[in-house]
Amino acid sequence: MGRSVLTVKDLVAGYEPGVPIVRGASIRVDEGEIVVVLGPNGAGKSSFIKAIAGLVPVSGGTVLLDGDDITALPAHQMVRRGLAFVPQTENIFPLMSVEDNLKVAGGVLPRSEVQPRIEEMYGLFPDLRERRTTAAGNLSGGQRQMVAVARALMVRPKLLVLDEPSAGLSPKFVSMVFSMLTDVRMTGVTILLVEQNAKAALAIGDRAYVLVDGKDAHEGVASELWNDPVVAELYLGHRSAAPEGGRA
Amino acid sequence: MNLQFLVDGLLSGAMIGLGAIGVTLTYSILRFSNFSHGDLMAWGTYATLMVVGAITALFGKVAPLAPLSFGWPLIVALLAGMAFTGGLALLLDKILFRRLRAKGQMIIVVMASFGASMALRSLLEFLFSSRPAYFSKAIQIAMPVGFGIRITPDQIALLALTLLLVTGVHVLMTRSQIGREMRAVSQNIALARVVGIDVTRVVRFTWLIGGALACVAGVMIGVLVQIRPLMGFDMLLPVFAAAILGGIGSVPGAVLGGLIIGISEAGAVQIFGAEWRAAIAFIILMAVLFIRPIGLFGVGER
Repeated sequence: MGRSVLTVKDLVAGYEPGVPIVRGASIRVDEGEIVVVLGPNGAGKSSFIKAIAGLVPVSGGTVLLDGDDITALPAHQMVRRGLAFVPQTENIFPLMSVEDNLKVAGGVLPRSEVQPRIEEMYGLFPDLRERRTTAAGNLSGGQRQMVAVARALMVRPKLLVLDEPSAGLSPKFVSMVFSMLTDVRMTGVTILLVEQNAKAALAIGDRAYVLVDGKDAHEGVASELWNDPVVAELYLGHRSAAPEGGRA
Repeated sequence: MNLQFLVDGLLSGAMIGLGAIGVTLTYSILRFSNFSHGDLMAWGTYATLMVVGAITALFGKVAPLAPLSFGWPLIVALLAGMAFTGGLALLLDKILFRRLRAKGQMIIVVMASFGASMALRSLLEFLFSSRPAYFSKAIQIAMPVGFGIRITPDQIALLALTLLLVTGVHVLMTRSQIGREMRAVSQNIALARVVGIDVTRVVRFTWLIGGALACVAGVMIGVLVQIRPLMGFDMLLPVFAAAILGGIGSVPGAVLGGLIIGISEAGAVQIFGAEWRAAIAFIILMAVLFIRPIGLFGVGER
């Protein structure tokens, strides 16, 4: 640990000029970590992570990836710099086969590395090897999430960024997706994710930030954060009201 | 009943199909109906005619490749014409469609393509007059092939060329990286960007392919029928019908749609008379769409 893969400093971002949704948020992700960004509904979590990935216009602050300034680069260049993003919904090409989903993402790699990398992905996700010729849209929700993650990992990213990977999944698939992320981390990938399902995310995360009103309001070790009274307060009390494990 | 309509239908179906590939690709990737596509056909044909003229001026009369009515100049000119038409499509996109696309209202882009269509057509009439032109005035003797069907060597060559091009485009779309990228952009443009696909490059490539195939379709009409400034515009309805019938976005669908429209039109002429030509094709189109609204090879919206 220690070497910083991602450093976000005072990020300001929003869809419309003059109406920032993210208002000066700062986070840091170190090599090999899983970092979770939590926050109540409407805190700007999703916009924050999309701004990092170049999908929401940035009006202030900096994003450094491995020391390289990637602030507000167009989304299609982020992958080339080593940041792979998995959107919350519609994160696969539904009419293309599983293998074509991986191949199309491999366009960034040198041609000779594409097929070996696909084999590595099948090693990590054996289910996908069996379904390689199936149209991705015909897979189960959990398997689709696998395709989306494998697709993002194709380019050997320095950082994997996920926007609510448990969104819309049944509880069985939620635990499957989080255990999949633990496996992915074992291969040396650094992960940043935004989650609504705080309990499940904190169980696999190393550190977490709580985002409130577009700013980072609290930071801590993931395993301790669940019982942290400050978080309970910020998060509108997860003891009294059950934490939203469901839909945004 | 005379089966000759099958050959006639197959030929006009091939022309319609080649045109429909361009329409179906621009529709699925750029998400608008390009009504100037027919005029790209006409421009490609006139460009090819110009190059043939230039070659004849430089090298004198070149003997045709017997038994065909044309020689190597037409083949070279067709390649040049394809490049020219691809370039013209790119230019139209750069000065017109891309700017309007950026504003996000697709109906405006569609209307602009109507305008571009009229402008392109009028410019052709201005440059070349509306008198028909021909690649060759030679008359070909049609060979009997049995069942009362006759076919000329030119017709056989052009059908073979169509088969080759359609197979080529299909393989490109399904097997190559640029083809996968085109499919990715048509399915989800935002995700395509996230995956690292350079969407601008994909759009350019789409115009190049669509333009080049429009040129081939136009030259086929030029070789088999005649060259007129209105030749492409007249093909617009059958071309769109073929693209819709086959299922928007599908290359094999566009060609199959073209063949169905072409053969049913030719059959209608023989059975009901020439005035029923378009009506029969559209009745078939509507019947198919009632049963299968997304077209023969179409895939549903997500």
